Formats: sequence, C-alpha cells, structure tokens
Amino acid sequence: MGNTDFASSLKKLGPASAKEFASKNAIMLVLAGLVILIGIVQPSFLSIDNLLNILRISSVRAIIAMGVGGILITRGTDLSAGRTVGLAACIAASLTQRPDYVSKMFPDLPLLPFILPVLAAVSAGLVVGLFNGLVVAFLNVPPFITTLGTMVIVYGAASLYVDRPPRGAQPIGGLREDFTNLGTGSVGLPDVFSIPNLIILAAIVTVIIWVMLNKTRLGKNIYAIGGNPEAAAVSGVNVKKNLILVYVIGGFMYGLAGVLLAARSGGATNNYGQMYELDAIAACVIGGVSTSGGIGTVAGMLTGVLIFEVLNNGLVILGVSAYWQQIAKGLIIIAAVAVDIRKYLAKR
Amino acid sequence: MASNEYVLEMSGISKSFPGVKALDNVSIKVKRGSVHALMGENGAGKSTLMKCLFGIYSADSGEILLNGRKVAFADTNQALTSGISMIHQELHPIPYRSVMENIWLGRYPVRNYGIFRLIDTKKMFRDTKKLFEDLKMEIDPARWVVELSVSKIQSMEIAKAVSYSSEVIIMDEPTSSLTGNEVEHLFGIIRKLRAEGVAIIYISHKMEEILEIADDVTIMRDGRHVGTYAASELTTDLIISKMVGRDLTNRFPPRENVPGEVTMRVESLSSSEHMSFKDVSFDVRKGEIFGIGGLVGAKRTELVESLFGLRGIKSGKIWIDGKQVHIPNPIQAKRHKIALLTEERRTTGIFPVLSVFDNTLIANIDRYVRPNRLLDRKRGSADVARSIDMLHVKTPSAATFMKNLSGGNQQKVIVARWLLTEPEILILDEPTRGIDVGAKYEIYTIIADLARRGKTIIMITSEMPELIGMSDRIMVMCEGRATGILDGNEATQERIMTLATQFM
Repeated sequence: MGNTDFASSLKKLGPASAKEFASKNAIMLVLAGLVILIGIVQPSFLSIDNLLNILRISSVRAIIAMGVGGILITRGTDLSAGRTVGLAACIAASLTQRPDYVSKMFPDLPLLPFILPVLAAVSAGLVVGLFNGLVVAFLNVPPFITTLGTMVIVYGAASLYVDRPPRGAQPIGGLREDFTNLGTGSVGLPDVFSIPNLIILAAIVTVIIWVMLNKTRLGKNIYAIGGNPEAAAVSGVNVKKNLILVYVIGGFMYGLAGVLLAARSGGATNNYGQMYELDAIAACVIGGVSTSGGIGTVAGMLTGVLIFEVLNNGLVILGVSAYWQQIAKGLIIIAAVAVDIRKYLAKR
Repeated sequence: MASNEYVLEMSGISKSFPGVKALDNVSIKVKRGSVHALMGENGAGKSTLMKCLFGIYSADSGEILLNGRKVAFADTNQALTSGISMIHQELHPIPYRSVMENIWLGRYPVRNYGIFRLIDTKKMFRDTKKLFEDLKMEIDPARWVVELSVSKIQSMEIAKAVSYSSEVIIMDEPTSSLTGNEVEHLFGIIRKLRAEGVAIIYISHKMEEILEIADDVTIMRDGRHVGTYAASELTTDLIISKMVGRDLTNRFPPRENVPGEVTMRVESLSSSEHMSFKDVSFDVRKGEIFGIGGLVGAKRTELVESLFGLRGIKSGKIWIDGKQVHIPNPIQAKRHKIALLTEERRTTGIFPVLSVFDNTLIANIDRYVRPNRLLDRKRGSADVARSIDMLHVKTPSAATFMKNLSGGNQQKVIVARWLLTEPEILILDEPTRGIDVGAKYEIYTIIADLARRGKTIIMITSEMPELIGMSDRIMVMCEGRATGILDGNEATQERIMTLATQFM
C-alpha cells in the first residue's frame, strides 16, 4: 500500500547530520572548491574585476534560470525559454536602433521613450508564457511537448519578424547608447569601484523571485503542486491557475533577459538565445532543483549558473580548449544529478 | 423542519466508471453532532461516495443537501469553503515542505506589506502550534514532513481536517497508520467535535472502532446502500454478514490442500534497511498457505520483497529445499522458482497500455524466443489462451489493453503471468486489494487450487477474515518483528490483533 512505501522511504532519510549538511549543500561546496582551485592555479582569476565579470556574464543566464526553475519545481519544463529570449532581444533591438543608423529595420521609426521597447519585448515573453501555461493547464499537453512546440513556433516568429524586405533577415545593430548602457554600464565611481548595471538588475530580480517563491501564496502553491499535485488539488489549490502563472512569470523573465541580452551585446539576431534553455535547465538541475518536482531553491539555481560560468571563465584562463569545456560541462551535469539523486533513492 | 436534524443528506447518488457501476442509487443522511460510520468491503463504494460529496468526482445522478440546501461541488475548494473537510484514505503530504505549510495549504494566511501580499509565517506558525496544542498533538510545525513518522503524518492530516472548522468531517480510514494510543487520542478528538455539533462520517474496516465510536452505521455492498442502523443494535457478526451479504461460512472456498515437507526456511532474517524487519524466522511447506498478518507498517511487504531479492538483507539465512540460498535480485529469485505478486498492482504489477497477451508473458518472455531471436507468437498465444481459460479471466480478447480490465481480472492476469514461470513458491502481497467481492472468491479458489497442487503459498493480507479463512498457518508481525505463528484453526481476530499490536 502507498502508505508503507511512503513510510519506508521517509524512514530511510533519517535525521539531519553533518554528512547530510554536506550533501544538502554539496553544490555550494563544489562552487567554492572550484573557485579556490582555479584561484590557486591562476591567481588572476580571483581579481575583483574578473569576479565581477563572471557575475556580469552570469546575470542574464541567472534570470533565465530562475524563470525555468519555477516551472521545473511544478514538475514542468520549458524548452521555449531560449528562443523566447531571442525573440524578445530582436524586438527590443529593432525598436532601439539609433535614428541615424543606416540600415534601420523600421526606417521611419521615431525615437521612442526608453520604456516602450522594453515593454514590447517583455510583453512578447509574457504572451509566449501565457500560451505555454494555457496549453499545459487546459489541454493537458505535457510541458516537454508543449514547450518543444512553442520553441519551434517562437523561432519561426522571431525569424519572420526580422525578415523585412528589402533588407531580408540581418543582424539588428546600431542600438542607442541609453539602451545599451543598460547592459554595459555600471553604477559607482569610475576607476575606483563600480558595479555593472546587469548585476544590480539580476540582484533585484533575484530578490523578487526569492520573495515570490518563499513568501507568497503563489510560491508555496508552486512547491505544493510540484510536491504532490493531488494533495494541492484536494486542499483547494487552483492548480490550473497557478500553473498558468508560473509559465507567465517564466515568459516575463525570458522577455527581460532578451532585453538585457540585446542591450549587452548592442544588437540581436534571430539566433539569439539558442540553447539557452538547456543551459538554464542544466544550471537548475545541478543547483538541486528536482525535475520530479517540489524541490528547488533560488540559491541553488544561482549556484548552478555560477558553476557553469566559473568553469567557462576559469578554463579559458587556464587555457583549456573550448571543446573540452563542453565535455566538462556535460559530465558535470550528469555527475551532479547522479550525486543529488542519492538523497531520494531508496536504499536497496 | 425535519431536515434540520440532518446536516447532510445525499439521495439517489449514482456514479459509473467505464465498465463499473461504482455507486447505484445510494442515499445517506447524517445527523449533526453525530458519528456516522460508513462500512463495506473494499470496492463497496464508500470512498467513491465520499469523493462525490467532496467534489473530487461528480455524481452522474442524485442530490446532495447540506443544511437543507442543494449543493453540487465542482471542486474540493467549494466543498472546503462550504464546511466539509476530509481526511483522505491515501495520505497526501507534500514531503519536502514544513508541517505548517501542509496544514494551511490552499489557504495560507497573508499580510499586506504595501502593495505586496506576503505569507504571514509567524501567524501560520502560531496557528499551527495552537491547533496542535488544542488537539494535544506533539508535532513541530516547522519540521519537514519527510522527517515525520507515518503515524505523525496521519495525525497531521487529522489536525488539518479539523482546522477547517467544518460542519462535516469525512474521515476515510483515519486510523490505518495509528498506534493504539493514537487511536484513543483520535477518538477523544472525535467526541469533542461531536459535542460541538460537528458531524463525522467515519469510514473504517475495524469493527471495534466502529462499535466504540459510531452513533449510526450505514452499510454498503457492491455500490449499493444495504441499510442504516443505530450502532447500539449492531454486533460485529451482524455487520460482517450485512457487508458480505451471505453467510460467513461461504466466503472462502473449501480447501483440500495437504501441507507436505518444508520448502522454504527462513532463519533470523534482518533487513539491511533502517527501521525495517528484524530477526524473522519461519518455515513454509509444500502445499501450504502461509498467511502473514499485521497492521500497516509491520514491514510485511519489506520482508517478502527481501525474500524476492528486491531489498537487501543484513543478516539471516534462507534455505530452499534444504539448500541455503542467496537471493540478491529477482532474477535469482526466479531461478529458485519464487514468484511475487506485488502489493501495488497499479504501480508495480501491470503494464496498463500493453495487451493482456504481453502482460501475461512479460515475466517469462525468454522462453518464447525462437532460435532466430524472434518471439514464438503461436506458442505464446496458446499459453495465454490456456491461462485466460484456466483462471477465468474476463477479457474481450488477449489483445485488449490491460487497463480496460477490472481490478479482479487484472489480478488474475498477474497470477497467470507468474504461474507461467512455473514457480514452486508463490508470494502474494495483498492479492485481493481493490477487487470486488465476487472476484475475490475466484482469486481464493485459484489460491486454494494452487496449494492443492502442491505449490507453497505465502500470502500477506490486511483483511482479517481473509487471513483467517485462507491460511493454514498465520505469522503475525508487529513493527518489523514476528510476534507469533498461529495455527489457522485456532486463530481468532482477537489473538491476531493482540500479536499485531504487541509492541505498540
């Protein structure tokens, strides 16, 4: 009977201990270990500038990871994340080209107030998220399939959007400085100490998502739905509504990430964001978010993102080939989950 | 007004699932401030009726009156807000969340911080603490549910149901995982609620509990309402005869098996798992039906799964036919001619979207491989047809999907599957759970026949009459220990219960 199974699996977990602390926080220890290790071999890795640079590069990825993370906690997934980032980047870039730029996508576009392009791009993300949520909640299409479909659709849409005769599909460049400043500027005293805008924005988003997951009904419901959907339903939680919301929030995050990505790189193409969803899912998973639902923390997601970025950066500094980085990354994903799953596997 | 006496009236409720009429014109009236027991065998429709009331299912026909007003809940939220709460038969905890988050799920207290509405964790903690204090339960609201014992989780679910301050509380097998003291404690809570005017609908199989706590008893059989009686005019025997609808003597087929020499001997077997079975010794004979009884959590399933190589053993010895054996995995178990019918048919027994054909042959597929590595479909079909015939499996054809068969027929297919491996030792874990009464008799007949033909049968069952009615000998377990082995003829419910609760 279910009760006995549940009982035995519960009892196997046992009480908290030092070992359990280590296993619960294993991924943070791995991050710390990596940083120290690379720092010993190559001290320049530990310079403030380099560390800030790692954080800056991680910012956009972190925002995407937190969007996907909430969805993963509900036992869902979102393969459309990367392409949605790309679509949002294209929209933001197309509406923020300098008035004097030669090959403007919309030649007659006047100088828009700063907020409009941002809103347009984020709205595109919201629409994609809403669509995903509605399909998952009301048509009961598995999230993997739903978002696989939207991934393809969104890429098509982004390509159509940038494909403007007579120009054809081209990279969108020549962005306004006030816009690119969002992604490249910093706050603080130049030449003394300054923090990149991206890090500040990602920090704000992190706080908001943390509060959302831990302090709001929506957040608690997300964990409940992922932990035991039937329990949530019989306790009167509106499962469909909460599912839709979590995909919409995801969409919002991808929209925002797209804006920042365009601002950071000073342009966009329809191939922006390709495979970002896999990086985000991988980061969440090695950060301890369970793909079987109900488990995951913001700190874990961020740690996962940072591990990848530290690895990228560190291996470059150490002069390791980019191809080896790919192999290392893949192995880490598998190893992290293999270790993590020990916590939940019944001992046999 | 007459309806005032009754807080809840359900009349003419019918509900069908594909192939099954689960409820047929059932009516029940519940007085306020009373404990109304709902009794019937597994599959009698008790839980289905309650799920119709609670908005999990919607009834095909019939009417529900709550305080004289017609209601039809589209979802559980409506039921909860209308004053009906429920303790579910299957526990529904969210494992990796705190106790308080489980209790207030779906109605977390919030506070406004400017434009934000955030969860008021302090209030949640206080309310939970107060709830547990009122109910005299000792559970830490902040602990994660995975860290609790099953009985604590059940207590938590009870507290949760009470916390809705409902007029009607449905308790579906609330004591299945509770110890004796905890049951008494629950009864204290029930009496207090009753005195406050709350109506309790109490579903249980345990006669003593019903006779102790219930005011009225409604008995159901095969989805129909048999009758509603005052608990004071009922006895255990009367309830059983109304539940099964025929004399007790006919509930089990006659057995002609003659136990022979010992086939399997187990000595001081201890599990490698934490808090599992310890130091269990017994032997079983050829042609014997050896029952294993005990309460949920007695680790009976763990024991037989260890015999089958699914779980680890720390110490102890197993002999089969006089030779000491080591069974590290099910493949070895199959080599030693052991078969196991698992308890959770749906999760570990059947392949729902494979055919009856595939389900029958799956454990034995090696034997149908021809030299060219393709399957010998002809021989397979012949064996499947023979099995269907022998075990009276009711199926349109061998190509029918397993999920379209009734529970009893699914179970027969699984029995057929294991019989094709030609086992000598057949372990049955709750073989009749979730099977309707008629099909049970057929399963009993099959078991009795297998024993007559010299198979060794080890059978776990939580149904006391089945345990007593079918077993040649009965081993009772409590908290992982074997507390006694009784002869089938001299076993009584009381003796078994005494042994089953020895350490509680």
